[in-house]
Amino acid sequence: MADKVLMKGNEVIAEAAMQAGCKLFFGYPITPQTEISAYMAKRMPKIGGTFLQAESEVAAINMVYGAAGAGARVMTSSSSPGISLKSEGISYIAGSDLPCVIVNIVRGGPGLGGIQPAQSDYFQAVKGGGHGDYHMIVLAPSSIQELADITQDAFDIADQYRMPVMIMGDGMLGQMMEPVSFSNRKGRELPEKTWAACGTEGKRKHNIINSLYIEAEDLEKLVVARYEKYKEIEKNEVKWESYMTDDAEIIIAAYGTIARVAKTAIATLRKNGVRVGLIRPITLWPFPAQAFADAAEKADGFLTVEMSMGQMVEDVRLAVNGKKPVSFFGRTGGVIPTPDEICEAVMAMKEAK
Amino acid sequence: MTKVFERPKALCDVELHYCPGCTHGIIHRLVAEVIDELGIEGQTVGVASVGCSVFSYNYFACDMEQAAHGRAPAVATGIKRALPERVVFTYQGDGDLAAIGTAETVHAASRGENITVIFVNNAIYGMTGGQMAPTTLEGQITQTTPYGRDVKKQGHPVRVCELLSQTGGAAYLARTAVDTVPNIKKTKAAIKKAFEYQLAGKGFSLVEVLSTCPTNWGLSPQEALQWLRDNMMPFYPLGVYKDIEEGKGNEK
Amino acid sequence: MAKVTFMEDKCKGCELCTTVCPKKIVVMAKDRLNKKGFHPAQVVEQNQCIGCAFCATMCPDAVIEVEK
Repeated sequence: MADKVLMKGNEVIAEAAMQAGCKLFFGYPITPQTEISAYMAKRMPKIGGTFLQAESEVAAINMVYGAAGAGARVMTSSSSPGISLKSEGISYIAGSDLPCVIVNIVRGGPGLGGIQPAQSDYFQAVKGGGHGDYHMIVLAPSSIQELADITQDAFDIADQYRMPVMIMGDGMLGQMMEPVSFSNRKGRELPEKTWAACGTEGKRKHNIINSLYIEAEDLEKLVVARYEKYKEIEKNEVKWESYMTDDAEIIIAAYGTIARVAKTAIATLRKNGVRVGLIRPITLWPFPAQAFADAAEKADGFLTVEMSMGQMVEDVRLAVNGKKPVSFFGRTGGVIPTPDEICEAVMAMKEAK
Repeated sequence: MTKVFERPKALCDVELHYCPGCTHGIIHRLVAEVIDELGIEGQTVGVASVGCSVFSYNYFACDMEQAAHGRAPAVATGIKRALPERVVFTYQGDGDLAAIGTAETVHAASRGENITVIFVNNAIYGMTGGQMAPTTLEGQITQTTPYGRDVKKQGHPVRVCELLSQTGGAAYLARTAVDTVPNIKKTKAAIKKAFEYQLAGKGFSLVEVLSTCPTNWGLSPQEALQWLRDNMMPFYPLGVYKDIEEGKGNEK
Repeated sequence: MAKVTFMEDKCKGCELCTTVCPKKIVVMAKDRLNKKGFHPAQVVEQNQCIGCAFCATMCPDAVIEVEK
């Protein structure tokens, strides 16, 4: 086990990425994730990598597209308004089957919104954002250690499935400090990037990185094949944490920062004899639908808690499929629900039964 | 007998989709000839853009990436930073480069990004059927300037070489045309120089090629060449706008 | 003595090659259509060709080869 160090979430992302072999980072300043760029700017030159501050988020994501297409491990990071700007590029990356890692340290929206932590980009991350039929794998860590581990894995997952992976945090996770160790993890066995546009060396036919298909049937065939791959991912990569769910009458659904707050609320509620548990999706796409479906057999009901007006709650309702009631409690605009508020919401739900 | 002229190897043996008489084909061939002459096909990665030349990824025999509209210089930057030893070029039209991609173009030039940009200026959006481009001339009739471009309402045409000559990172900027055999030869020489500058690590190079769009101009290919000479050349003078080796454009 | 070869079926009949020939021997074949439905360009008096390759230089579709 490597030594533990006390580090800020944003810096952990940067360090973990470099340790995972990320040699290129294209960024653009935006609060509350700028420490990622600052860390990269300082460290990348020392390991022979590239940090480049682009002229816009739009340019940054297209630099990612270029480098990913050339076969490199590459990352960019931003926060909500910046991710909206990157969405065009993300769609092209998905449509060209390119692997890369995109970090969204979410802040309140819409528009310029605020700079406080939020989860209101859930729909954007898991339901599209950019145009067209596509998915990103979306990972939502809830501690600094998990942030480190997930960031490293993200690159392998991206390479394995040739697709963009988003790490979704928020200003709280990005700014807080916790002890972390960077494990000497065993990477996945990965296929060679024989598709990359890195120069033919005169040894093969040219590779083309492209998402344009003029014949509708060709495009359909390609998208359908991509959705077959998505099915594999739904089978293999779903991750969640079940916390005190075995005897739970009410199960809270929460991810990321607010899942931490939910655990505090659960401790209080349990002290008062209320049997509450938590299902914490770690992959937002693929969504751990089966975990909720299974839990719906035993629990009396679900309370989804989010730092938004309610986005993931729709996926929880789809998974529970009407078997049990699914309530929602959330604060938005950068306001974080308190443990007391969550306790009240649970009690209100219990009383309404 | 020996062959004195044949299709360059770096141009795939496929039919180009361009309209009859469109000079895109000449410019494609010149880029391919330069790649052949420099012997760099296996070390080159090209970037196709959005517009009539979108399918250039099928035409150049080197590895290719297709970029979103206007983003080719950013995509090329990503490739070049990942593979600094590779030769990286973009092939872009005027709508792509000088309207939606202005920021990417100016900043790639400012950074002195060691890439080569082939910029085809035909004063119109071709693929979408002949709308006003940033380079459309004053008074020029297009689908979206049916009464002629009125600079008071639609603004002035953008002179890209002149604009970029102010950037610190540009090493070589030239404007050429493909309306005559001598000008085609000069265009090839400029493209070759641009690639050579990149190979020598000198920084950003761009060759703006005045080109025709007979279909959307509503002219025969021959008339289009004459129109280019009569109308485009006076506003877009041919020449070298920056050459750090010749001291051109470095005057303070 | 030089020889010009047209890959006739790829010709789009734009006529640009005919405008640059110093010997004026490149002309359109008005008596026939190629696969694409264009009158292709052709050389009528091959023996007059000087192999300057102007026609090939001007051709937007790279359909002309020149030998000398």
